Amino acid sequence: MSTFVAITISGLALGAMYFLVASGLSLIYGLMEVLNFAHGVFLTLGAYAGWAAAQYLPQQGWTFIVTALAATVAGAAVAAVTELLLIRPLYGKPVSQILVTIGLDLALVGLLLGGFGSDSRAIAVPAWLTAVTTIGSEHIPNGDWLSLGLGLAVLGLLTWFLRYTRYGIIIRAGAENRDMVSALGIDVGRAFTLVFAIGGAAAGLAGLLNSVVFSSALVDPTQGDQLLIFAFIVVVIGGLGSITGSAIAALLVGLVQVYVTFYANGGGLAQLGNMSVVLVLAIVLLVRPRGLLGRTT
Amino acid sequence: MTNVLTRLTQRPPAAETRRSAAGRVAGVVLLVLAVVLPFCSLIVPWVLPGTVDVLNSVGTLEVLGLCFVFAGVAVGYDVLFGFTGLLSFGQVLYFAEGAYVLDIALTVWNWPLLAAILLTLAIGLVLALVLGALTLRGQGIAFAMVTLAFAQAFYYLVEDNPGNLTGGDTGLVMSASRLPGFLVGVGNTRNLYWLALAFLVLTYAVVWLVTGSATGRVWLAIRESERRAEVLGFRLFPFKLGSFVLSSLIATAGGMVYLLIVGTVSPSAVASTTVTISILVMVVLGGAGTRWGAVAGAIVYVYLQQYLLKVAAEPSFASLPAVARVPLSQPDFLLGAIFVLFILFAPGGIAGLVARKKEKR
Amino acid sequence: MRATEANGGDARTGTAEPAVDVAGLRVTIQGSVVLQGVDLTVPRGEVTALLGRNGVGKTTTLRALIGLQAGSGNVRILGHATRGWPVHKIIRLGIGYVPEDRDVFAKLTVAENLRIAQTAQTTTANYDRVYALFPELKVRHRQLAGTLSGGQQQMLAIGRVLLTERALLLVDEPTKGLSPKFVSEVVDALERVRQTTTILIVEQNVHVVRRLAQHVVVLDHGTVAHTGDASELEDENLVRRLLGVAR
Repeated sequence: MSTFVAITISGLALGAMYFLVASGLSLIYGLMEVLNFAHGVFLTLGAYAGWAAAQYLPQQGWTFIVTALAATVAGAAVAAVTELLLIRPLYGKPVSQILVTIGLDLALVGLLLGGFGSDSRAIAVPAWLTAVTTIGSEHIPNGDWLSLGLGLAVLGLLTWFLRYTRYGIIIRAGAENRDMVSALGIDVGRAFTLVFAIGGAAAGLAGLLNSVVFSSALVDPTQGDQLLIFAFIVVVIGGLGSITGSAIAALLVGLVQVYVTFYANGGGLAQLGNMSVVLVLAIVLLVRPRGLLGRTT
Repeated sequence: MTNVLTRLTQRPPAAETRRSAAGRVAGVVLLVLAVVLPFCSLIVPWVLPGTVDVLNSVGTLEVLGLCFVFAGVAVGYDVLFGFTGLLSFGQVLYFAEGAYVLDIALTVWNWPLLAAILLTLAIGLVLALVLGALTLRGQGIAFAMVTLAFAQAFYYLVEDNPGNLTGGDTGLVMSASRLPGFLVGVGNTRNLYWLALAFLVLTYAVVWLVTGSATGRVWLAIRESERRAEVLGFRLFPFKLGSFVLSSLIATAGGMVYLLIVGTVSPSAVASTTVTISILVMVVLGGAGTRWGAVAGAIVYVYLQQYLLKVAAEPSFASLPAVARVPLSQPDFLLGAIFVLFILFAPGGIAGLVARKKEKR
Repeated sequence: MRATEANGGDARTGTAEPAVDVAGLRVTIQGSVVLQGVDLTVPRGEVTALLGRNGVGKTTTLRALIGLQAGSGNVRILGHATRGWPVHKIIRLGIGYVPEDRDVFAKLTVAENLRIAQTAQTTTANYDRVYALFPELKVRHRQLAGTLSGGQQQMLAIGRVLLTERALLLVDEPTKGLSPKFVSEVVDALERVRQTTTILIVEQNVHVVRRLAQHVVVLDHGTVAHTGDASELEDENLVRRLLGVAR
């Protein structure tokens, strides 16, 4: 029996996963003004990398870390290559950059569909992940804790990176004024590749999380693209370019989705939870077109 | 005022400066060929998308009809994206609305055809006005994302089968009971083909007229630089909304014709984001802002897609080595790859390549 | 005092390749020709002022020098032919650029703004020198740059490029919109630095130019209308003729 606390935690956990996806998008957009549609396939590739790695691992205890690592590294690698081969040559043409990510997403998903078909594959996970932890009278799935933990960890890591490291400062400055960063003698291109890689890493991890915790440990080629739309909504609600905004918006969207789905279930519309997220977007747009914490550019 | 506009839009799209007599003649010739095609029983091996290798077979006519429908929708999208410079991912909403509402009106409510069409158009217009006004509050990327979100919301709506109207995941098969005889039945495929062609021609004519008018000039100005257009004293919003509504209405009409040709709708076929991405790819592949580019891009895209699907279904295909089979079995991979190559090396699309060739001569 | 050696010149003969040597610089922006063939020489170890009415292309010239603006023509900076180089590569020759709008990073602190200026330079950063020139910056080093006043931001913008040794400073209207107190602080700082570096400064304020510069180049209608010694600016008539208004 689910109670309000359990529902809330599951909403927050969903929000944490949304944040993982949205943070990468927001970071990339903030610095490069590129809306990365290929993020969808980064998500999916991360999940598949995890699936592949998990096949060779005994599923117990902390071997999941290896699976997660595989997903993260795969995401980062694909993203870095994408930036170098496709985004870099189109510097100065933001619309073309967006379009090329769309093309990449289309092509890679097509490739995955060709290779795997539209059927799902099951990812091997350790038992603790599908188990439930009982606190008092609440039964919380461990997947929720995992999601929350990862979300917080990534938020902390990103904040530390942006605030205290050299490249973090470069990225923050570059998001304000790319030209001036160059005019200080810094090669902004390297920052671009780094940001894409970070975004891709977060995406890979999020994709694995999405499969394992929120899709019954199943992965299929279109999974990432379906998640991507929610990530876009989160980024717009939170305000393009703001990591903090993405965090708040992600939690908001996760909670709304879960509450509406659970409490309005009698209404007969199973997708009402999803549609209400769009309604939130519409309201935010009416009241604050820039999003909650959007930039004023 | 037109002088100022002319100066502001100093670099008109390729089609306007390079439109030569040769181009127009070619267009007319192609149109005539398209009209008479259903009368040609030519046997053409290998390249036809249908299962029968005859030029005017039902399979070929159906595919070509689809090409024309999407070509019309693509031209409408070119108005919004190519001319006004507004990147929108939401036109699929209106396309789906056109297909679904007409289907529901004919099949579930048993309305006469004309009334059903008028209802569909009316709903489409209202939706376009309301959603357009709302989404255009966002600038640039925010606008694009919101259109995507609303389109996705529509997908969820029809998938949910509200009031048992839409048939949910499996979709709704159109009932032909209120349709005039000449549009029903395999034998009348050619009539549907001509209907699709008429839709394309009509749409193209409308777009050609409007984009050539003063309104079209303002749209170009908006695309080039919103700030400069504002400085000229134009209130941009009505023009943007106009472009949005025109593009959406064309999509709605296209959706209706689609329904008549295919005879059934489902969420994944007409309402998913893959459709919207396809239209965008068609326009860019053909050459944004050139009108005929959108037509060319759509025809190439749909044709290639259907052709590849046919090839992949043939028994000999399964015997190809995996290295060739896997990429080719999914049209998306090839189309996506071609798209990426075009963006990198030929951003003007097919129209751009043609223009470049003309210059070299 | 000229530090010809420090700036790569030949101490024996006293001649050196100019810090900046431009011939026929042409810049077109959105269809209109902004610079129509500018010939410009900036001698090493001295201060050259770039003057002219509003809109003649002074800022564009500076931007074209460091590659922020595309242009055609022959451009040699600090002994290298730099046309076509990426911006950061040109800057790494040892250039400090202070843009017209200061362009400090508003969401970074003063300290972070300075730190980021340090990252690309190989010579050691001398925070003491910057704080000695601009004590206000030290006091406010943890303040967000966006909350500084205009004058303080200008000090930060200049302090950024003084953190490390630069062979050439390109400064665009550093005193624009500043109160007299800040103007004099900025001029003091530049006076102290000019002994060890070459400066090309765009300025509308003729008094500042008289204090700092040895040479002047006057732009008009996208080309060079006049070059000469800064001492010529004592002549009010000349100033009025070249710049339109005696200041």
